[in-house]
Amino acid sequence: MSNSTYLCLRAVFLVCFIHLLIQGLSADANVVQSPRNRLEPNLTGLPIVTFEWHHVQTPYLVIIWIFVAALAKLSVIELNHHVTSVIPESGMLIIVGFILGGMVWGADKAQTFKLLPTTFFFYLLPQIILDASYFMPNKLFFSNLGAILIYAIFGTCWNAATVGLSLWGCYEAGAMGNLDIGLLQFLLFGSLISAVDPVAVIAVFEEVHVNEVLFILVFGESLLNDGVTVVLYNVFDAFVALGGPRIDATEIFKGIFSFVVVAFGGSFLGVVFAILLSLLTRCTKHIQIIEAGFVFVMGYLAYLTAEMLSLSAILSITFCGVCCQKYVNSNMDEKSVTTVRHAMKVLANGSETMIFLFLGITAIDTEIWVWNTGFILLTLLFMFIYRIIGVFLFTWMLNKFRLVPIEVIDQVVMSYGGLRGAVAYGLAAMLDKEKIPEKNLMISTTLIVVYFTVIIQGITMKPLVQWLKVKRAAHSDLKLVEKVNNRAFDHILAAVEDICGRIGDNWWTRGWNRFEEKYICRILMKPKVRKNKDYLFNIFHKLNLEDAMNYVSEGERQGSLAFIRSDEAANIDFKKQYDSEFADVMPDIMGDMSNYEFGIENVSITSIVKDTIPSISRDIHGQDRKNAVDDINAHHLLQQHLYRSRKHHRHKYSRSHFGINQSEYEVQEIFQRTMRSRLESFKSAKMGVNPAKKITKHHKKDLTHQMSNGHPEGKDHLYGDEAGIENPAFMPDMESPTHSPPWLMETEMDMAVAPSQRAQRRLPWTPNRMRRLAPMRISTCSTDSFLMADVSLTLEEHEEQPQGDNEEM
Amino acid sequence: MGSRASSLLREEDIEEIKKETGFSHSQITRLYSRFHSLDKGENGALSREDFQRIPELAINPLGDRIINAFFPEGEDQVNFRGFMRTLAHFRPVEDNEKNKVLTPGEPLNSRINKLLFAFRLYDLDRDDKISREELLQVLRMMVGVNISDEQLGSIADRTIQEADTNGDMCISFNEFTKVLEKVDVEQKMSIRFLH
Repeated sequence: MSNSTYLCLRAVFLVCFIHLLIQGLSADANVVQSPRNRLEPNLTGLPIVTFEWHHVQTPYLVIIWIFVAALAKLSVIELNHHVTSVIPESGMLIIVGFILGGMVWGADKAQTFKLLPTTFFFYLLPQIILDASYFMPNKLFFSNLGAILIYAIFGTCWNAATVGLSLWGCYEAGAMGNLDIGLLQFLLFGSLISAVDPVAVIAVFEEVHVNEVLFILVFGESLLNDGVTVVLYNVFDAFVALGGPRIDATEIFKGIFSFVVVAFGGSFLGVVFAILLSLLTRCTKHIQIIEAGFVFVMGYLAYLTAEMLSLSAILSITFCGVCCQKYVNSNMDEKSVTTVRHAMKVLANGSETMIFLFLGITAIDTEIWVWNTGFILLTLLFMFIYRIIGVFLFTWMLNKFRLVPIEVIDQVVMSYGGLRGAVAYGLAAMLDKEKIPEKNLMISTTLIVVYFTVIIQGITMKPLVQWLKVKRAAHSDLKLVEKVNNRAFDHILAAVEDICGRIGDNWWTRGWNRFEEKYICRILMKPKVRKNKDYLFNIFHKLNLEDAMNYVSEGERQGSLAFIRSDEAANIDFKKQYDSEFADVMPDIMGDMSNYEFGIENVSITSIVKDTIPSISRDIHGQDRKNAVDDINAHHLLQQHLYRSRKHHRHKYSRSHFGINQSEYEVQEIFQRTMRSRLESFKSAKMGVNPAKKITKHHKKDLTHQMSNGHPEGKDHLYGDEAGIENPAFMPDMESPTHSPPWLMETEMDMAVAPSQRAQRRLPWTPNRMRRLAPMRISTCSTDSFLMADVSLTLEEHEEQPQGDNEEM
Repeated sequence: MGSRASSLLREEDIEEIKKETGFSHSQITRLYSRFHSLDKGENGALSREDFQRIPELAINPLGDRIINAFFPEGEDQVNFRGFMRTLAHFRPVEDNEKNKVLTPGEPLNSRINKLLFAFRLYDLDRDDKISREELLQVLRMMVGVNISDEQLGSIADRTIQEADTNGDMCISFNEFTKVLEKVDVEQKMSIRFLH
């Protein structure tokens, strides 16, 4: 534990350093600025070095604060590992913000560094929204769009109206004492406090893994409700300015109409910018080095343009990101895509950190605090209650129309997950003090609400989710047979649902896909890219790359690449990273599994950490304990290895990392196996038609980066498979090459480099379009693997065979 | 014969299917349009290739087995009646049906029939027993490539042990039902959007 004390010391040291720095800076902030060139009148000689603080003041402060924010995040993350992972990061950042704010206030007796609304709305918020929309799972988003819109529009209006009216009612009833406030101002306050905040939602939900539909509903709602919030805010702001008497039907009608204009205008603007962006990236073949920048520039432009036209800026940038992802990702060079992703995550993370930090700092300011117990408590109460009522009400209505109803548990999580955040604070800070005398009260309340939702609800979210799920599951431990059957039922159900045509398989989706295929892709995508648009192919390509990287790092870890030359040790296993939950049970399993031929990196956690245990534990375990151990083994083994069915979530949106979805390996495996068995039955149906020749000599072509942009050239490639998947149980005929179907090739067993397993996955074959696929080899440069086709050699031999297959399948 | 008009659903067909399977009128028409969209050859019957064309089935471990379940013994084509008959097993059980006294012909979506459907997925040779080999086959399909055969064999043995009451190292249908009596089969084997 000396590590943690060291870290604490380091954190304390940093904090002191920052304190001194801030003291110094804020003291100097009041120095009178003098122009650089004007020398002091009483200068006696040539000054060699001068202290030009006023010259660099503004950018210096900005950078220092960014630095401080980054340090804060670092210390928060370090602390979180050691202390508990109970408090979400955002909560901890707010607390650090309190500390820092306290330091500044202590130095200055005034809060010189506050979160200004303009800073927030112009410099900190856009990148978060762009990041969220760029990585949005589109299919999920659009298939749930109806529900999301209902929650966003009607839910927010409901919240605003009910909270505002209830507060007004309570005020009239005297619960809040004397305030200079009226109905319209209550409604204004209601509208700004009712918006669910995307930043807070991501921050909290990232650490709590809920199923994908639930996540997209809350998240989508938080993004899209900006349209409503902006309109309501502006409408009520204008009404407050107009005064009560002048509001009549026309004004109200104008308000409703402005909603339509603002929301749809903003979205439309976003789509326009997305189109521009896609067209731009289509033409940037020769300046690949800066094409990544276009994404950010256009995104920000979309935001600012919408802001300029007083449309909904968040909606604009959201739709820009959502619509452009597909085209931009395919058009741009692979390195640019990576650059964009990483840069976006950096910016978004940084912004989020700064936002929460400043939310904490701004609190330490005596000027803004007005405490009115009734107002604050009632706001919290009403906000909570009406959110729950609203969610349940709208879900009940939605479930009548939805194909897959939203369950009660999800509704509970959804209502609890209605977090308010910095957007509400920003809106509150923008209020005009003249028109709304109780501005400080509103700011104080907003801050309290934000702290409550982010910290308290953030802390309790995870336990709540776990508690709810545990309550539903059966208390008794399931037996093996029940587990197996449960999983089997899930698979069966998923299959039958697919046969019946699930959600999304309706006329609209198919029609849209057709339309998009024909027209949009032709305009917005590079022609070369359009041809290679196979989704599964991209996964395959990504897997290849990752494979190669792991391969090399594994080789380095082992000391040299010599290990790959021996066949037995060539079973590098790149598959499933086992959850850390099993880490402590692993030693037992390792003991029994050590007699099996598993890969070097089979169990990454324990093999690294507890290397010597396996051999020891095998001896220690007596016969009497063996059965119990076996039982646990069997359960855990099954648990880890059973393929997940569709209802277990596959998508995970995360602020801090992105990667290929684990379940895609499963998908590859299953796909390959299914194709193989289909092939078997197909072959047995067509008796005796087999390629006569056996292809044994495939020399590896040494291709050096022919595919600089990561996309394969041309479409006529044949992909084959490598032998060497160790389990012969389900691949009976790999030994006899004469039975290999058209697109399966045999490899030489004495190849110098044994291909890694993950890369042995055969390229998935889309049933609708039979493509010639190249034999896949793993060279030291894996990006070249799919060019290593001896196309001419293999193509002729199987000329007739694939033709026949084409018609059958 | 191959024209589309002849493959349109007639009212009396709908009535018959309704009686046999218990689906409602709108459900039947909806499933018929789905059947029609799957039937690329437009001959009023689905073949195995038509099912295999559904991409999600290719990534479902039990996909091919379920496809086979649609086809009656030895046949290669399934018409709409057969399609509906198989799907009827997955009709949600309405509450008023659960407590009803069983009619002479038990409805296709009763718990027993759902379990029988699942049982038949395991039991390929139709001897009304799931032998160790059959169980191994199913397990192998549902499990990643990491598990070796020995481990899988031990899991299979253990599974049979838990279910087997008469010691014949096979799971009969009664044993199967008994083991799964705690599992909410009605919910797990019902398509949720066919309300």
